[in-house]
Amino acid sequence: MPTTEQAIVGRGAQEGAQLMREWFARLDAAAERGEPAAYVFVMGSLAEILRAFDMHLVFPEINALQTAVRHVAHEYLGAAEDYGYSPDVCGYVKADVAMQLQGGKHPMGRIPKPALALATNACNTYVKWAEFWERYYKIPMVTLDIPGSRSADGGAARGTPAFESDRRYLEIQLRELIASCEQITGRMFDLERLREVLGYTNRMAAAWQRILELNQARPALFNALVDGTIYLGVLNALRGTREGAEYFERLVEEMEYKSAQGMGTIAEEQYRLLFVGVPCYPIFRRFHEMFADRGGVFVASSYLWFAAGGLDLGFQYDLSRPVESLAEGVLVGVRHAGDAMLFHDRSLIEQVDLFQADGIVYHPVKSCRTVSTSLAGSRKAIMKARDVQCLFIESDMMDRRVVSEAQLKNRIDAFFEGLDSRRLRTAAATA
Amino acid sequence: MSATATTFDVAGVSTLPLDAALGECRDLLEDPSFPTVHAWKESGRKVLGHFQVYFPEELAHAAGMLPVKVRGAPVEMRLADSHFGSYLCSILRSSLEVALDGRLPLDMFVTHPICDSARNLAGVWNRNLPYPSQILYLPQNANSAGTAPYLRDEYARLLGDIEAVAGRRVTEPDLQRSVAVFNENRRLLREVYAIKRTTPWLLPVDEAYVLVALGALLPREEHNTLLRALVPQIRARTTRPQDKIRVILEGGFCEQPPLDLLSVIAQSCYVVDDDLLIGLRYLTRDVNEALDPLAALAEAYLDGSSYSPVQHDTRKPKEHMLLERLHGAGAQAAIIAAAKMCEPGLDEQVAYTKALDEAHIPYFVTEFEEKMSGFDQLQLQLETFVESILFD
Repeated sequence: MPTTEQAIVGRGAQEGAQLMREWFARLDAAAERGEPAAYVFVMGSLAEILRAFDMHLVFPEINALQTAVRHVAHEYLGAAEDYGYSPDVCGYVKADVAMQLQGGKHPMGRIPKPALALATNACNTYVKWAEFWERYYKIPMVTLDIPGSRSADGGAARGTPAFESDRRYLEIQLRELIASCEQITGRMFDLERLREVLGYTNRMAAAWQRILELNQARPALFNALVDGTIYLGVLNALRGTREGAEYFERLVEEMEYKSAQGMGTIAEEQYRLLFVGVPCYPIFRRFHEMFADRGGVFVASSYLWFAAGGLDLGFQYDLSRPVESLAEGVLVGVRHAGDAMLFHDRSLIEQVDLFQADGIVYHPVKSCRTVSTSLAGSRKAIMKARDVQCLFIESDMMDRRVVSEAQLKNRIDAFFEGLDSRRLRTAAATA
Repeated sequence: MSATATTFDVAGVSTLPLDAALGECRDLLEDPSFPTVHAWKESGRKVLGHFQVYFPEELAHAAGMLPVKVRGAPVEMRLADSHFGSYLCSILRSSLEVALDGRLPLDMFVTHPICDSARNLAGVWNRNLPYPSQILYLPQNANSAGTAPYLRDEYARLLGDIEAVAGRRVTEPDLQRSVAVFNENRRLLREVYAIKRTTPWLLPVDEAYVLVALGALLPREEHNTLLRALVPQIRARTTRPQDKIRVILEGGFCEQPPLDLLSVIAQSCYVVDDDLLIGLRYLTRDVNEALDPLAALAEAYLDGSSYSPVQHDTRKPKEHMLLERLHGAGAQAAIIAAAKMCEPGLDEQVAYTKALDEAHIPYFVTEFEEKMSGFDQLQLQLETFVESILFD
């Protein structure tokens, strides 16, 4: 009989991987049966509405990154470039385009065809991407405007006229999306079902917020880059489901257990790091090991913030007025995700303090300009505000042609030498 | 008279022979020190810089500010590069460069999410420049019942921020006067484009570009004066048509191709329509002067604005709009350009070329950068393309 520790520790990673395999298997089966799907994005998936219509959700970002993790992305990128896409276009888009050109062929199965393309303005490339599906499949495309923060001062506060204008606009769009779904599926909208789905999302959001907060523990309970990405996959793919809610509540249990036992994610935590950017999926494990081998642990990551579509806020939908509250929650959440990319200086400084970070690793990528454009300037600003070591390394999340492992390793080694030397100097000064 | 002086004497330029006047205009456009903007500032007035593409300049104008289109410049990077990553277009860097080194003195900066890079600019400006910077959230869902009231609210919000910087209230009559000034500008720019379409031998693409682009640098009343003086002179030219093909040029909606590149195109092509600086003439018809100005501006953007790769509207599929532009101008072919690293432009190239293939319309695909300087290869490729059509 396994001990409590054996039963709990590592459960989240194993169950998460299993849930993702099952999810892909369901998509594969849907493709086999010719069932249609809604193609959506992680920042503003509107899973709550789509699930209320029992539509299959396809996340092309997740499909694309899986090709990189499985070391076949270059085949897809090449096919899309042969079709006409520039090498300078987002690798996620190109991997997905190639997948569509090949009838949905994916390393983990087959992806069903879309009946609806749903994009938000959280990323401009989302809109361009969805336009491809709209043209290629001749399907309806819905674009949801979710106005973000207008400046570094943050978004309009709830209850103000400016907030209400944005919220009202989004609510109208959500009601129009519902009408589109009714037309596409031939089903009437079920408000009770929406309430049920929102309830699951509420549980997931509360748990996700708690999990991120628990990683302030020293030593850190999970690696935000590797473990965090598995959790994030489940968070998006199973948003608004019973199994998603149960998974995250069990994950909280695991993290609280580890916290109580003082169990870190690696044996000897030397340096606590923040990650800013998008993971280097073509060498996902190796990238992590270059840090872990030197005792570096990613305690938090901006990726878990923006790619969760704002669920880290823990927003709780008011089930007594589901559509109105959904509009409010999506507005606040996606705006928050946007802030993680566009206006994050203040929050990063807070995270340095909260997580007692020794360093920040900036990883801008060629493929994603939303995330990467201003990171060099962010590094300057943070270093001015806090005495924290920063590493700035550029590569890509998809395209191995711009990932130089040897160069990355040299830079990372030098970063740790800097951290070591700083620690020695601090120790000498306080001796 | 020199366009590099601190002021640009519109009245004086307007009395010059046409070629000399166009030369003065070109000198002003190519002057990276933005003399007209400095002159405006030195007279104690304020400047609002807005990044490409769409922007309701009437709001800044009504507040007594000079609206200046921030569209980069072919300048050497000394300060801006360290604020950005590697894989970005040039216009982003050069726009920050001229702001940081003081060549483009602003009192307020507005960007809008035309692309993933541009949406970052408010944050970048906020870190590095002392004046207010913000994002104008123009809708990407033009097809919702909620869009028009939202956009009116968004313009009202922006106007409030402009008033705070300008230090004065903007009344409805102020806005109406500004709308009227810009309506006249729109009418004059439509005349310029009508000349390009009907008698392109009278106005090569590079000259037309200079005339239009000055609108981004001059008070709009002065731009109107200039156009009113020069358009009749252009019509009166006696230039004879040459054996050139009629093309449309796409790809200049944000980062601008160098003028010399346009001159190279003009040597073998009549550019009968294009999207160069489309943001200066994005409203394809006049704004209704009888309505609430903010509502009228919102309505005009939603129902009467030109398409571009950075705007989404299900009523305006961009590849269809491209074909409409092409047929409307009587063009034989298209030049489909994109600025280097411009994701929306590069994405749209795929859709455009597929649509042109299906319609059996010849096209020439190229990339450019605002600071490129060698055009020999491009010229050779373009001439080969043109010959393939002329001698087909």
